[in-house]
Amino acid sequence: MKVLVAVKRVIDANVKVRVKADGTGVETQNVKMSMNPFCEIATEEAVRLKEAGKATEIVAVSLGNAQCAETIRTALAMGADRGIHVQTDVELQPLAVAKLLKAVVDKEQPGLVILGKQAIDDDANQTGQMLSALLGWPQATYASKLVINDNGTANVTREVDGGLETVEVKTPFVMTTDLRLNEPRYASLPNIMKAKKKPIDALTPEQLGVDPAPRLKTLKVTEPPKRQAGIKVGSVAELVDKLKNEAKVI
Amino acid sequence: MPFDFQPSDEQRMLVETTRAFIEKELYPLERQIDKLGHVPPEIGKELKEKAKAVGLYAANMPEEVGGGGLDVMSQMLFERELGKVNWALQKFVGRPSYILMACKGEQIEKYLLPTVRGDKSEVFALTEPGAGSDAMSITTRAEQDGDDYILNGGKHFITGVGEPDFAIVFTVTGMDETKRGPRKRITAFLVDRGTPGFTIRRGPRCVSYRAYDNWELFFDNVRLNKRQILGEEGKGFAVASEWLLGGRVFIAANCCGKAERAMELALDWAATRKQFGQTIGKFQGVSFKLADMKTEIAAADALTAYVCWKLQNGTMTDGDAGMAKLFATEMLGRVTDQAIQIFGGMGLMEELPLEMMWRDARVERIWEGTSEIQRHIISREMLRAKEQ
Ligand SMILES: Cc1cc2nc3c(=O)[nH]c(=O)nc-3n(C[C@H](O)[C@H](O)[C@H](O)COP(=O)(O)OP(=O)(O)OC[C@H]3O[C@@H](n4cnc5c(N)ncnc54)[C@H](O)[C@@H]3O)c2cc1C
Repeated sequence: MKVLVAVKRVIDANVKVRVKADGTGVETQNVKMSMNPFCEIATEEAVRLKEAGKATEIVAVSLGNAQCAETIRTALAMGADRGIHVQTDVELQPLAVAKLLKAVVDKEQPGLVILGKQAIDDDANQTGQMLSALLGWPQATYASKLVINDNGTANVTREVDGGLETVEVKTPFVMTTDLRLNEPRYASLPNIMKAKKKPIDALTPEQLGVDPAPRLKTLKVTEPPKRQAGIKVGSVAELVDKLKNEAKVI
Repeated sequence: MPFDFQPSDEQRMLVETTRAFIEKELYPLERQIDKLGHVPPEIGKELKEKAKAVGLYAANMPEEVGGGGLDVMSQMLFERELGKVNWALQKFVGRPSYILMACKGEQIEKYLLPTVRGDKSEVFALTEPGAGSDAMSITTRAEQDGDDYILNGGKHFITGVGEPDFAIVFTVTGMDETKRGPRKRITAFLVDRGTPGFTIRRGPRCVSYRAYDNWELFFDNVRLNKRQILGEEGKGFAVASEWLLGGRVFIAANCCGKAERAMELALDWAATRKQFGQTIGKFQGVSFKLADMKTEIAAADALTAYVCWKLQNGTMTDGDAGMAKLFATEMLGRVTDQAIQIFGGMGLMEELPLEMMWRDARVERIWEGTSEIQRHIISREMLRAKEQ
């Protein structure tokens, strides 16, 4: 079974994100970028499937500007076999990404597409679901465990509000990863060196017949309001009084 | 392009992997081993295995002998990341002494390859109680006896992790008459632990890198065969200078990493600690320290990169390596000291890694040639160029 993993380049999780002075977005100049942590988990899961003999080939796909090739290279160093880079400088929104991925899936015919449940930059949490709808494939989102069965099905444990839910899906299907699915490895030096020789195919949205133009308009981006300083209360009685008469919560 | 400061994809990933490794595997052990004064063997073994699993072990050695085959610029980046954690721990991400590349014949199977694999560990034994900066004054001697040599003398301040499996020992094997008077013939030997007459004893406790083992070696009529000579008889220093070219400049890279870590800690503190109703970073007395730190680190990084670039291109001189080592180690002393100043009292407490980094920094200006010796090397090169 061929596995397709989508990997997104985002601002590194440890960077303190700043809003641009003109309020049109966030500052990305001179900011450390990394692979979205949920995409790392997706890549790790694919590599584990391959190590377990359940996957035959792993294709890592990233969409966006020239630097996204770096993110693909990271996936290759973790163990993916080859990369596809859909190059565009257009701002990509979830629907456009899902359409582009669908076009790639049509070409590649994988048995499983793994994506992060969301990207930590805009937290949209839409792409996997949209992709599954466009493909007409089953979806298993927020996965915390994946078992591929021999009869063309898979059991996916999902993290839901009440606890864990296990669903059975038919392959091919779309899966999105949650935090506890696995702990991604760091690329080993030999694999980093091997990644250099692995191919990355470059495609454009035009070649895939997709118009990636944004359908949503961002009106304004602002910093979250600053937290007000707290106060110290002198006694339990004062606390109860404040909760009752000021906060009016009890 | 003659100058290119853009790391390649491979170098970027090497840095990411090394950083992840030290943050996940090494930082958590730092305080515990510093208190203990050594790394328990079982922990050491585990760290070694983990370093091997990610292919970082012996990354400095050529691929032909089973190493990672990093080029000089990649090694610089690698050392810079490893430098963030103390030597007692970073040493487990083994970088065998490059001088072992001088191994010939059966020495390759017996010493070089097992060391690259991590099955054996070596120490580099030059310094003696009576011979520090003045390496020529060593008195440990090996007297020829047929095909054998009889070794007598001792070494101190010999560092490594755990008891070494063998030592690269510098000895005097005779005297040459030269125009400038008699000159010692220096020869390097590979001496196995367990050879009769060879004792290894733990040295005194050291304030820097507390858990980094420091050994004293004693040789009492130790019989060695000429097959144990590394390089050639009488060519000990030539072998050392041929193969250990990079040592000092990688110390510089290591120190740049340390300084960056100290600066990051100080920066976080300056941005959050409040006094007089505001974060202390808002006081110029504090913020200018940060500016100086960043500037000095950038300068040391640039000098180190330049010297590494020369090393890679075969044009580095001893003075070049001396400049990088001198500037980076002294910069580290200033940066760790100022970082503590920004922290105030908290900087000296064992809750934070800073007091450890400050203590550790101290030895960097002493080992691998003191600051004074580096200045001597740099100025000698300058003046020689003017000699009539
Ligand atoms: C923790 C630690 C680990 C070490 N590990 C090793 C190891 O693994 N293997 C090894 O072989 N060695 C090792 N060393 C030894 C180290 O290289 C020496 O300490 C160093 O070379 C200085 O020698 P010394 O300590 O004898 O000082 P000395 O040479 O006695 O110097 C004392 C002072 O005199 C100054 N001085 C000496 N000569 C001159 C001069 N010509 N001009 C101006 N000033 C001068 C020095 O700069 C210094 O300030 C280690 C040392 C330490 C502290």
